[in-house]
Amino acid sequence: MTAIGVVDYGMGNLHSLGKALERVAPDQRIVVSYDPEELLKCDRLVLPGVGGVRACMNELKRLELNQMVTEAAGRVPLLGICLGMQVLLEWSDENNGVPALGLFPGKVVRFPDPPAAGIDGQRLKVPHMGWNRITQTRPHPIWAGVPDDSWFYFVHSYHAQPKYKKHTLGTADYVHTFAAAIARDNIVAFQCHPEKSQAVGMQVLANFANWSP
Amino acid sequence: MLAKRIIPCLDIDRGRVVKGIKFGDVQDAGDPVEVARRYDQQGADELVFLDITASAEARPILFQTVEQVAEQIYIPLTVGGGVRTCADVRALLSAGADKVSINTGAVENPDFVTEAGDRYGVQGIVVAIDAKRVSKKKENPRWEVFTHGGRKATGIDAVEWAVKMVQKGAGELLLTSMDRDGTKQGYDVEFLKAVTDAVPVPVVASGGVGTLEHLYEGFAKGGADAVLAASIFHQGTFTVAEAKQFLADKGVRVRI
Repeated sequence: MTAIGVVDYGMGNLHSLGKALERVAPDQRIVVSYDPEELLKCDRLVLPGVGGVRACMNELKRLELNQMVTEAAGRVPLLGICLGMQVLLEWSDENNGVPALGLFPGKVVRFPDPPAAGIDGQRLKVPHMGWNRITQTRPHPIWAGVPDDSWFYFVHSYHAQPKYKKHTLGTADYVHTFAAAIARDNIVAFQCHPEKSQAVGMQVLANFANWSP
Repeated sequence: MLAKRIIPCLDIDRGRVVKGIKFGDVQDAGDPVEVARRYDQQGADELVFLDITASAEARPILFQTVEQVAEQIYIPLTVGGGVRTCADVRALLSAGADKVSINTGAVENPDFVTEAGDRYGVQGIVVAIDAKRVSKKKENPRWEVFTHGGRKATGIDAVEWAVKMVQKGAGELLLTSMDRDGTKQGYDVEFLKAVTDAVPVPVVASGGVGTLEHLYEGFAKGGADAVLAASIFHQGTFTVAEAKQFLADKGVRVRI
């Protein structure tokens, strides 16, 4: 039986993510763990995360999960979600600036504050919270069966700015167009929460569970 | 662009969904798990789950009910009721909540909001404000904050409180007009507008929805980012899908 490891470093809603993975991958074992050795045995990994980036990086280091993620990212399919996507970049401006894992060149920046008026003249709020569409900017197996411009659930105040355009997989519009999904080699990551995005989100998770890069 | 959100609210009392009028007179409205599943299927954008007697009875929220509800839905869940410590926040997030709502706990200790936001991210921290209009006719409008499920007056000005809570790190505000709650007379849009003009974070309107027009007013006149309603959905007057279609026809950007 193959296994999907969910990296549990004490920050975030792993309950619903675990349940969603069980639903889309009934034939795989879902291993929610903070033990690097146990996670390294898994066939694919999910790095979730909510909260502040400094606390996140501190916990990843304390549990020796940062090296594990970097090492695993060279071998098995890796899915980053929300803060779990942001820590894949080199640097985040959050919490006065924090170096991150650096699996993607680029950084994480805050939406302009106070927010600018939107296209329709309405005042925009930060955090960007709610349902927004993702425009698919290039083909990828993770998009299989996901209609272009589908609605996904977002909740974040910072967003990734990958250095290379080729790493962007999909964009969303809020204040400006930003990278809502990124990918390279066997790594794919979403700013939104697929586990909170109803049917299209389940499709993304199912695609990840079956992805053989 | 971001869609406006429609959020059914499940007020929970001793494990059942209930509906009160002006924070009193409670009626049964079903099993939380079944009700949550129904709204998820109807296309609700989020759910809010409030343990309405937790603070007044000084007991922890019903984690098991939160877990059962969270298992049934694939949309975000906000949970509130008696949240006073970071341990409460962590326990609710672990049980399956995506956001926690803090009300009485914030009034008792405003720095708790900062502490929780630093630790778990401001986007997961909602401050709920229950307010009652206290100005007389012809006076400048003024609203006062109440706590303990609307049982205790605080003397705090609600608009000033909203601004302070955002400074303390609230990622979202949930505003309930106690004068309108359960009355089906519509939101107190004047109160909503006063707050949405004053703060840079998303605001959820609550209290008083009786018609779909009221939802529209929450967005168009109140400037809300999301509208919350209970009775019209619980009693089956409208489905969430019907509400969304109505709003879309009026030009509101909703997820359909």
